Amino acid sequence: MPRMNRDRRTALLMITPSIFLLAVFIYGFIAQTVYTSLTDWGDPKKASLAANVKVDFVGLKNYTDLFTSLLNGRFRTDLVNTVFFTVLFLAACLGLGLLMAILLDQKVRGESIFRTIFLFPMALSFVVTGTVWRWLFQPNGGLNVLPTTIGLPALDFQWFTSKNRLATGTWRDVIMIVALVIGLVMLYLGTDNWLRKKHRTAVYWVIGLGLIGGLFFASALTVPASVAKESQGLNVAVIAIVIAATWQMSGYTMAIYLAGLRGIPEELREAARVDGCTEFQVYRFVVFPMLQPITLSAAIILGHISLKIFDLVYVMAGANNTRVDVPGITMYITAFQANNFALGSAIAVIMLILVAVIIVPYLITSLRGEVSS
Amino acid sequence: MTTTLQAVPASAATMRVSNPFRRTLIYVVLFLLLVAFLLPVYLVLTTAFKTPGEINLLDVWKLPQGINLASFGEAFTTLLPYLINSLMLTIPSTLISAILGSLNGYVLSKWRFPGANIIFPLMLFGMFIPYQSILIPLFQLLRSLNLYGGLAGLTLAHIVYGLPITTLIFRNYYSEVPDEMIEAGQIDGADFFGIYKDILFPLSVPGFVVVIIWQFTQIWNEYLFAVTLTARDSWPITVELSQLGQGQAINYSVQMAGSFLTALPTLLVYIFLGRYFIRGLLAGSVKG
Repeated sequence: MPRMNRDRRTALLMITPSIFLLAVFIYGFIAQTVYTSLTDWGDPKKASLAANVKVDFVGLKNYTDLFTSLLNGRFRTDLVNTVFFTVLFLAACLGLGLLMAILLDQKVRGESIFRTIFLFPMALSFVVTGTVWRWLFQPNGGLNVLPTTIGLPALDFQWFTSKNRLATGTWRDVIMIVALVIGLVMLYLGTDNWLRKKHRTAVYWVIGLGLIGGLFFASALTVPASVAKESQGLNVAVIAIVIAATWQMSGYTMAIYLAGLRGIPEELREAARVDGCTEFQVYRFVVFPMLQPITLSAAIILGHISLKIFDLVYVMAGANNTRVDVPGITMYITAFQANNFALGSAIAVIMLILVAVIIVPYLITSLRGEVSS
Repeated sequence: MTTTLQAVPASAATMRVSNPFRRTLIYVVLFLLLVAFLLPVYLVLTTAFKTPGEINLLDVWKLPQGINLASFGEAFTTLLPYLINSLMLTIPSTLISAILGSLNGYVLSKWRFPGANIIFPLMLFGMFIPYQSILIPLFQLLRSLNLYGGLAGLTLAHIVYGLPITTLIFRNYYSEVPDEMIEAGQIDGADFFGIYKDILFPLSVPGFVVVIIWQFTQIWNEYLFAVTLTARDSWPITVELSQLGQGQAINYSVQMAGSFLTALPTLLVYIFLGRYFIRGLLAGSVKG
């Protein structure tokens, strides 16, 4: 039908501008950032904002600088902070969100009031949260003096200004520990799958994790001595950011867990009860396994947010509090205050890679699932 | 009060006699959580109502001696120009990205073209990327177009980077409309726009509400683009709020009043249209 063909052309014409804009603003710009990260644009002689700068290609120099030069220790601390922040933030949000969802699923009175209040921080800006929690975390006031209102002694936490560091180690230790953890996970997944007669899966896990662990182990030996001695650890100040971020985001996990719980047919739980399960066992054997896919997607969404977090930390702790610093802040400061576009681009590319590693598989599996269902 | 997720009516089978101790425990834990979530709100409001002289770190949790509105007045006067900037930014970018998203969703759900299966995930990837990875080229482009510093450039950025989520929500929304309705329209002689105008658009109101609320909240709350791409005169409210506390003598009551005023628009949307806000929230996790 000619009419159909004309409509088809109109349809294509209507979506073309959007596709073009996104192609340029996402992929074109990413390509440009990657290219910039391979140049020396931003060296003092090649100021980022000057007109007609002639930049030179320097290969991976900016990346090796970030990981090995003494000047860029801040970036390496950022990476460590991000790892601890992500792990603690995920654990807190998933745990608290699940707890709230389960409690609200018990047919409580005033459920909608509880739900509305647990979720309202999601509607706020990270800038508002940062401003408010900076006030709550004043070392001589705020949460620290809350116990005095009921006659208890004041607390003595330094929150995001804390200089304490737990679990310190040098980079060599860090890499060795990561290699060890990967090794242990490999052993566990390997034997577990093998004993459950999933021989092929077991072999895949062992080979895959063995390669990654081996790579880590090998890289530990190649770290330059100056960097290897650099001490890193869990900066206690990060915990303050985790608390504020959890206050803001745990309502999100509650909402998706609650939606998941409501999607489990009541008959299933009833059947388990008839079979003699206690309420705890109903959750352990019926509900939790069904919530697993939700946990995975929540972890991915929250995880990618924590990898790119910027505004909350920036507003709460300022631009130069290295105890809570994250790559998002260092990128902004490097590119737009120190005007070093090349180094800023390199940080941005590393952030993009970290996010892509978790988001790309997620997008592919979620859309594939959609097609087959 | 809003009902955010539809409560499932309890079936008779589940209304078993439950253990009173367990019920009490549930309410105690819920109540403690409620208090924890509201502590910051309490501190914001009490601090904002205090006079500067009344603010004392040791007594921050005490109620104010009276309702003193001076800090709200000062915060409002300071923030007003930036609040107007935020409105002038948020309203056009929300509407334009919603309309474009609706058209894209229509094409992607009802006029699938070869390659759509590849293009759609490539579009979606754009809503997850750290914006730091496009910020420098974006900044340069706006500078070369003479759009750097003003609201127009920031509006453009929010429209483009809003497209993935608006397209996703509308695509999922229109997928629920049976294809037979489109075919019936074609048999009646409606063309591409006729079908959109007479069949899909009238069904789209809830979809538009979800998308508009989502985009409004996101753009209102955004900070990274705002602080990088605008000059002082065009700052959105979030940037000015972040500056409110940077002076030598920080006036906490003005800062808290300012936080409250900045949060108010999105908070009102949440309170009155929470159900749609949640739908946007859940749509962001792709499967919708």
